[in-house]
Order: sequence, then structure tokens, then C-alpha cells
Amino acid sequence: MIAEPRALAADKTALFEYVLRLADTSLVLAQRLGAWVGHAPAIEEDLGLANTALDLLGQARLLLAYAGEIEGAGRNEDVLAFLREEGEFRNIALAEQPNGDFADTIVRQFLIDAYQVELYDRLQGSVDTQLAAIAAKAVKETRYHLRYSRGWVVRLGDGTSESHARMQGAIDRLWKYTAELVTADELDSRLHAAGVAPDHEAVVTAWRTRAREAFSEATLDMPAGASYAWFGKQGRHTESLGQLLAEMQYLYRGHPGAAW
Amino acid sequence: MADAWAVLASVADPEIPVLSVVDLGIIRSVGLDSAGALEIGVAPTYSGCPATATIHADIKAALAGAGFSRVVVKSVLSPAWTSDWISAEGRAKLRAYGIAPPAPMTGRNAVDGARIECPQCGSTHTELLSEFGSTPCKALHRCRTCQEPFDRFKCI
Repeated sequence: MIAEPRALAADKTALFEYVLRLADTSLVLAQRLGAWVGHAPAIEEDLGLANTALDLLGQARLLLAYAGEIEGAGRNEDVLAFLREEGEFRNIALAEQPNGDFADTIVRQFLIDAYQVELYDRLQGSVDTQLAAIAAKAVKETRYHLRYSRGWVVRLGDGTSESHARMQGAIDRLWKYTAELVTADELDSRLHAAGVAPDHEAVVTAWRTRAREAFSEATLDMPAGASYAWFGKQGRHTESLGQLLAEMQYLYRGHPGAAW
Repeated sequence: MADAWAVLASVADPEIPVLSVVDLGIIRSVGLDSAGALEIGVAPTYSGCPATATIHADIKAALAGAGFSRVVVKSVLSPAWTSDWISAEGRAKLRAYGIAPPAPMTGRNAVDGARIECPQCGSTHTELLSEFGSTPCKALHRCRTCQEPFDRFKCI
């Protein structure tokens, strides 16, 4: 049900792809965080990670429902989440990286939280009113996520020699996946020109500043460059996504139409 | 419409049953849609709040029970819900229930953790234990005067 013209300037396919990028990053990250429930180092962290996952899942549902509406082919949020194949997912590859230890999870979370805060803050001004509305809702939640993950980056980075080493190791392992975060591709540029997506350069600059400040406060080194040119947002994923989807999708696929 | 508002004032939030959906400030509009059905616009509190579906169903059931035969519940995303929309009465009910009400937002980046009053003893000598509590809308605090932990409604 489209009550008003939402994105006059952008063509439907491009808008669909762009919304999937946002939706899938939140969905995949939510699925990863969900695996911490019952396993986090303390009950507060269990709650923190689970609550973050819940917000991300809620955002993903709004975005996927909107993507289905744009596509107009009758695919709802569930069909899009559970019946697409790996190559059809548009999340950034950073989101699908395994949980690893708490340091890996926190670094992954911080890098994405900082990015989402800057992105959603600007997306509130999108000419696409539905995306602007979702962003206005999401940015409030994402600020909480960022305070949480940033707090742990600083505490663990500037903690013991063991926690510092683990955090630095996690940064060094995950940093390569930020290449697609800082690089605007043709789709990002096209949607920015249409007034739908924010200026990628502005988002990246603000994100980099947040990362630099947090790492500096945490006595951690920020790697110089990220060269991994295999972009999840273009559907090219690491092997971790297939494993994640197998677990996330098996119930829906195994029992079509099942309901609570 | 006044009748409908009165019915809505009796629909409790499933997570915090002392609050009605009207106290919570999530009822954004009550009116008739083009087909003549009663249309209720409801703002979600958090994107992923698991109580949303229950709230919609409860609203429909309560209105049906009061004789409104055709009811449509519509989710209203924009403007985004803020804890500032919780009514004064709602805040008083929260405090009496043992949940510290949210402070007014002073700006879009207002940071939690200003002087939080313990809902048990009223002391402001309190500390944040976790920004994430038992539901998406609450954070966990502890009173250093009476030593009791308590929930606080987050400012959003």
C-alpha cells in the first residue's frame, strides 16, 4: 500500500537493492548477536547483546517489509528473510563475520554501530519518506548500541595486556572488511544523486572520526588501509554467510507456513 | 471518538501493565478511514518491541468488546515515538510501580545518566548497572542509598 510517491527520482530496482543493503546488514548482525544469548560473559552483556539484536531485527523487519513493497512481487518480510539464497543477500560482509570471542563481537559491533549512527542520522533527511521515518526511529536505538559497544572498546582496549591484545587482534582481523563501508559504489552514488541516500563521503568521514577517537582513547591502533575488495553489499560474501543462513532459514524452509 | 479514547485508556501495555496505551503516548490518531472503519494510529516504541503485535491485538479486542465492529490498527512510524510522550499520569504510575520514569529529553543527543531518582526511596545517589534491561525500553540501575536495584524507562 503506497499512499504517496516516496522516491520519485530513483528507479525501483535500485531502491529495492539499496533498502536490502540496510535491511540485510541489520538482519544478519541480529542473527549473529542472537547466538550470544545464554553465552555472554555476564548477564548484563547477555541483555545488552540480546537487546541490540532485537532492535536490529525490528529495523530489519521494517526495511524488509518496505523492500517487498517496493519490489511489488508479493514477497513479504519473511519470504525475503528466509527464502533468498546467499548471493541475493546485500549485507556488508563485516556483519556476517563469526562471533569469535567477546573482543571480535565488540569490534564488529562498534564498527557497524558507528556507521549506522552516522548513516541513519543523515538518512532522516532522505526524499524517501518511508526510509526517513525508519531512519528516525532507528537512529535513537543505534545511539544506545554505540554507547554500549564503544564503552567496551575503551574498557577492553585500555584494560589488561590480555584484553588489549585481543582487541587489537580483532581490529586487525576485521578491519579489511571495512573497505566496502568506506567505498561508495555506483548504486550508492546513484541513490545519493536522487536524494534517497546520504552523501557517502560525509558518512565515511564521520565514521572514521568516531573510530579514530574511540581507538585512541582505548590505546588501540587503527589500521591504515582496508583492501578487501569482495563486497557483500554487491552479493559477494565470505563463507560465513552460508553457514549463518543455513541455521537461520532451516525452520522456515523445513516447515513452510509454520506459525507460533 | 471520545468513547474510543475511553476504551483505549483501559488497554494496558502488556509489559508494564500499570500503563495504558494512552499513558504511553503511542496512540497517535483515532478517526474513521475512507471505508468508515474506526482507524487507530499506533506508534511503535522500539522497532523490535516484541509487544507490538500484542498491543495491536489488545486494542482491537477491547474496541470490539465495546461495540466497535470495524477497527483498523495502523502502525505510524513518523514522527518517531519518544519517551517525552509518556503522560504526566503515566510517569506517576511508573514511579509508583517501581520503575523510574524517563527524564525529559533535552535534545536529540541527550545522554542518559543524569540525576536518576530511586523509585523506592527517592535518593538520587544511584548508578547505572546496564543500559539494557529486562525489556527494550528499560535500563537497569542501583540505588546506593537503599541498595535496591531498579528499572528505569529509557529516554529515547
